[in-house]
Amino acid sequence: MAGLSNEVKMPEEQISIDLTPPAKSWMEPAVQFRKGTYCYSAVPKHQKYLDLPYPREWNPAEKDWKLPEHWKEIILKGMKDLLGQYRSLKLFLDICVRCGACADKCHFFIGSGDPKNMPVIRAELLRSVYRRYFTLSGKILRRLAGARELTEEVLKEWFYYFFQCTECRRCSVFCPYGIDTCEITMMGRELLNLVGCNINWIVEPASNCYRTGNHLGVPPHAFKSTLEFALEEVKEITGIKVEAPINRKGAEVLFITPSADYFGNPHWFTFLGYLMLFHEIGLDYTWSAYASEGGNFGLFHSSELAKRLNAKIYAEAKRLGVKWILGGECGHMWRVIHQYMDTYNGPADFLEEPVSPITGTHFDNAKSTKMVHICEFTADLIQNNKLKLDPSRNDKWKVTYHDSCNPSRGIGLFEEPRYILHHVGNHFYDMPENTIKERTFCCGSGAGLGADENMEMRLRGGFPRANAVKYVHEKFGVNLLTCICAIDKATLPPLLEYWVPGVEVAGIHELVGNALVMKGEKERTTNLRGEPLTKFQVTS
Amino acid sequence: MWIDKMGVSYSLLTVVVLLFISIGVWGIGWYSLLGVAIPYMAMIFFVAGFLYRVLRWAGSPVPFHIPTVCGQQKSLPWIKSNPIDSPYTTKGVVTRLALEILFFRSLLKNEKVELREAYKLLYKPNTYLWLGAMAFHWSLLIILFRHLRFFLEPVPGVVISIQWLDSIFQGLIPALYITDILILISLAFLFFRRVISSQIRYLSLPSDYFVILLLAGIAISGVLMQLFFRADLVQVKTWVMGMIRFHPTLPQGVGLVFYIHLFFVSLLIAYFPISKLMHMPGIFLSPTRNLTNTSRNHRHINPWDAPVKVHTYEEWEEEFREAIKEVGLPLDKE
Amino acid sequence: MRPEGRTPVILKDLLVKNRDAILERWLHLILETYPADTSTLLKQSKDRFLNPVGYTIFKEIEALFDELLEAMNFERLSSSLNNILKIRSVQDFSPSQAIGFTLLLKKAVEEVFGRETQKEQTLEEWLRFYSRIDQMAIKAFDIYMDCREKICEIRVNQARAEREMAFKMMERMNVLKEKT
Repeated sequence: MAGLSNEVKMPEEQISIDLTPPAKSWMEPAVQFRKGTYCYSAVPKHQKYLDLPYPREWNPAEKDWKLPEHWKEIILKGMKDLLGQYRSLKLFLDICVRCGACADKCHFFIGSGDPKNMPVIRAELLRSVYRRYFTLSGKILRRLAGARELTEEVLKEWFYYFFQCTECRRCSVFCPYGIDTCEITMMGRELLNLVGCNINWIVEPASNCYRTGNHLGVPPHAFKSTLEFALEEVKEITGIKVEAPINRKGAEVLFITPSADYFGNPHWFTFLGYLMLFHEIGLDYTWSAYASEGGNFGLFHSSELAKRLNAKIYAEAKRLGVKWILGGECGHMWRVIHQYMDTYNGPADFLEEPVSPITGTHFDNAKSTKMVHICEFTADLIQNNKLKLDPSRNDKWKVTYHDSCNPSRGIGLFEEPRYILHHVGNHFYDMPENTIKERTFCCGSGAGLGADENMEMRLRGGFPRANAVKYVHEKFGVNLLTCICAIDKATLPPLLEYWVPGVEVAGIHELVGNALVMKGEKERTTNLRGEPLTKFQVTS
Repeated sequence: MWIDKMGVSYSLLTVVVLLFISIGVWGIGWYSLLGVAIPYMAMIFFVAGFLYRVLRWAGSPVPFHIPTVCGQQKSLPWIKSNPIDSPYTTKGVVTRLALEILFFRSLLKNEKVELREAYKLLYKPNTYLWLGAMAFHWSLLIILFRHLRFFLEPVPGVVISIQWLDSIFQGLIPALYITDILILISLAFLFFRRVISSQIRYLSLPSDYFVILLLAGIAISGVLMQLFFRADLVQVKTWVMGMIRFHPTLPQGVGLVFYIHLFFVSLLIAYFPISKLMHMPGIFLSPTRNLTNTSRNHRHINPWDAPVKVHTYEEWEEEFREAIKEVGLPLDKE
Repeated sequence: MRPEGRTPVILKDLLVKNRDAILERWLHLILETYPADTSTLLKQSKDRFLNPVGYTIFKEIEALFDELLEAMNFERLSSSLNNILKIRSVQDFSPSQAIGFTLLLKKAVEEVFGRETQKEQTLEEWLRFYSRIDQMAIKAFDIYMDCREKICEIRVNQARAEREMAFKMMERMNVLKEKT
C-alpha cells in the first residue's frame, strides 16, 4: 500500500524554483521577444519613401533578421562616425563610474523589474561594444574590461532595449555627471537604422509627415474639412462663428500644433480651446496645411530625419511671411523646437522677435528661435487680465497636472501651465513632489513607443506615473489628469483605464476653452466634451 | 555569471600580485626602478594620457544644445526662475557645476523618502552613497593637500593649518589624521556596497573593484607609515624636490612600505587616463550640465551640419494641387 | 503528544501573534520571484512612489492576510488581489507564476513555524486555513484573467480608435467632395 508519493512538489515549492532565475551577468546577451513587449518592424514602403537603408520585411521575433551582409562593419563604421560627431556620446561612454544612482530612476525598470532596464546597463549595452573596438583596455583585456564582441545577439538586445527607452531623461537628473541615457538611446537607434532595423510606429508617421506634412497623413483637403468641423462644433457650443485661416500669407503669427490635436481624442477638445482663444483675443494668425505637424517622429529615429521633418516649419513661416511662430501643446515637439530647431534649420532671421500683439510682452526667451509656447502665451494673457474666465465651468473636474518629460527636462516649463490651471479651475492638486517637475515620471509610451502591439510594456512603463495619479485620486478625488503633450493625451487614457479607472485626460487649453467667457456667446450648457455643465446645481 | 562572481576575486588577485611585484623588486634592490623610473614613467603616462583623453573629447563637437533642465526656465518676468538648475547665465552654470563637483548634488536629488511603516528593511541607499562618496572624495582631496608639504618649500600656511585641523583628534588616536580614518571607512563602504548589494554587483565590472582596492592599498600603506614604519620626512622631501627638478636621487631613510605606497600611487596615476577615473575632468565637459538653458534665445551652431533632403512646399503643392484647388486653399502657382 | 498542563494555542491566535514574521517571510518569498537583481530594489525602498511595486505588494499582502484570518470578505480580498495582479499580469510572468504568489503564503507559514508547532493545532484548523488560501488562489485566477482581458480590450480599443480616426478622415474628405 503506497502512500502519496513525495516526489511531486507542492505548487508553492514549484513556483519558487521556477521563478528565481539565475543571476546571469548582463554581458550575456539574451533577449526574448515576447508578444506584447516589442514593436513591429518598419514596413519597407515607408522605409523606401524616406530613403532609409536596407528596407525589407523582417520580424524581430524570428531568428533571421535578414541583416545586410556587412552589417557589423556598417555598425562599427557608424559608431566611429557618431563618436566623431557627438562629444556627449564619447564622454558618456567614457566617464560612467557605475555608481548605481540611476538604477532605480527609470520607469521601465521600476515597472518591469528587468535589470537591463537600469539606465546604466542600457548604456553598458552600447558601452561594452565601444570598449571592445575603440579602447585599448577593451581590445586587450576583453571581458575583464567589460568589453563585448558585436554579435547578432548583441544587436538584437540593442533593438529590444533601445526601443524600450522613452528618451525621457529622468535618469540624467540624478546622474552626478549628467549622463543622459536619451543620448545613448538616440545613438543606438541611429546605429540600428544603418542596418535597416527600425520600428514601424516611428517610420510610418515620419514618412506620412514627410509626404503630407503631418504624422497622420492628413492631406490638405481633409485638413481643411476637419478645421471646419471644429468650427461648427465651436459654434454649437458657444453660438459664435469662429474663423480659422489656412495658408494665409501676411498673417502675424503662424500656429503649429501636433496633428493628433485635430483628429485624436481627447486632443480634439484642446484643439477647440485653441480656436476659441485665438478668436476671442482677435489674434492675426494662420494655420498651415503644409507644416501641419508640430511633432517630429524623426527625433526618435535620427537627427537627420528630425531635421528633414522640422525644416517645414521655418520654410512655411518664411513663405507665408509671418512675424513669429506660436506652438501648441506637445512634448517632444518642444524638445525639438527648444533645443534643436534653431540649430537644424535656423537662423530664423526672416522672422521678428516674438511680441504678444495683445499684451505687448516681449518673449525674450525665444528671441532667436522665434517660437513661443502656447502656455507661455496664455499665461501672459491671463496675467495681463486679457481673458475673462469663469473657472466654475470646470467644477466637474478635480485636476492634477502631469509634467510631460520634454517640456520639463528640456525647457523647464513648470509654472506657466500651473498658473493657467489655477486660473481656469477651482480644484487643483499636485502629485507628490518626487513625481513631478524635473522628477516627473514618463507616460511610458514616448519616443515612438505608443503602438498597440507593445501594450504590456507600455503599461509597465507607465505604472510609476499612474501610481502617483492613483494617490491623488484616492486622497483628493482627482478625476482629471491634465498634460501638455500629444503623446500623453493618446497614451495616458489607456494607462489610467488600466491602473486608475475614473481619471480622465485633458489638455490645458481644453480647460481654458471651457472657462473662457467669450464676447457674444450664448449661455453655455455643456463643456467642450458636450457634457452638461454642473455649475448651476445648488444644493441647500 | 562568471564575471559577476569573479570580478571581485580577479581584482583582489591583481592587487595582491602587484603587491608582491613591488616587494620582489624591492627585495632585489632595484630601488631606482621603484623610486625613480616607475614614478617618472607613471607621470608621463598620466600627463600624456590625461591630455590625450581630454583633447579627444574636445575633438568632438557638441552639435546640439542639450542641457538637462531641473528648474523653472526664465521666461515671463513675473515667474520666478531657478538660476542654478535652469541656468541662464555663465554664473548659473558655474554654480551648478560647482555644487555638483563639490557636493555631488544630483546624488541627493531623490531624498524625500517617506518613513511610512516602521518596517525592517527601510534604508536609504542614495543617502549612504552620497555620504560615502563625499567622505571619500573630500578625504582624498585633503590628503593630497597635506602631501603638498613635500612639494613646496617653504610649506604654505594653509597646508599647515589644514594638517593641524585634520589632526585635532590625535590625542585620542595617536598619529592618525581624521581623513585617514574616513578614507578607509568610505573605501570599505564603497567596496562592500558593490559586493553585497546584488543590484550594484550586477552592474559592476572588475575594474570597479580594482580601483577601490588600489586606492585602499595606497591608503593602508600610507597609514602604516604614519603608525609604524615612519619615513624620514626631510629625506622624502629632498627626494621629491630632486624629482621635480629632474635631478633624481634615491630617497634615504625609507623602507619597504614607502616603496609599496609609491608603487601603488604610480600605478594609480598611470591607470588614471585609461580608466573611469577620468570622470574627474569629464564632468566639466558634460553637455547636459555645462550649458545654459538659453536654447531659444541664442542660436547654437552644429559644425558638421549638412544640407538634408526635404520635401519642399513646391513639391507638396504639386502633389496635392487638385485637392488644394478643390477646397479653395490658396496656391502659389496657379 | 502535547505537553502536559498546557492549553493548546488555537491556530488563529498563533497566526495573529506571528503576523509580522509571516508577512515578512511572505513578502520575501514573493520578491524572490523577481530576477535576483531586481528583488534588492523592491526590498530596499518602502517609498510609495519610488518603489510602487514593492510598496503595493507589501501593503496588499498585509490586507490579504488579515482578511484570511477574519471575515474572508470577498470584496476586500478581490480589491487587494486586483492591485497586486494588475502589476503581475503586465510583468514577464506566466499565468501560474503570476497567481502563484498566493500559495507562497503556505510556504511562509511553514518556514516561520517549522513542522513542530503545527502539531499543537488540530488538523481541521489547518485544513480550514489552507483551504482559505486555496480560495484566495482561485479568486486570484479570476482576477488575473480580468486583467489580461482588460489589456486585450485596451489594445483593441486603441486599434479601433486608430481605425475610426482614419474613417473620420476619409469621411471628411468625401464630405468636401460632395459639397463641391
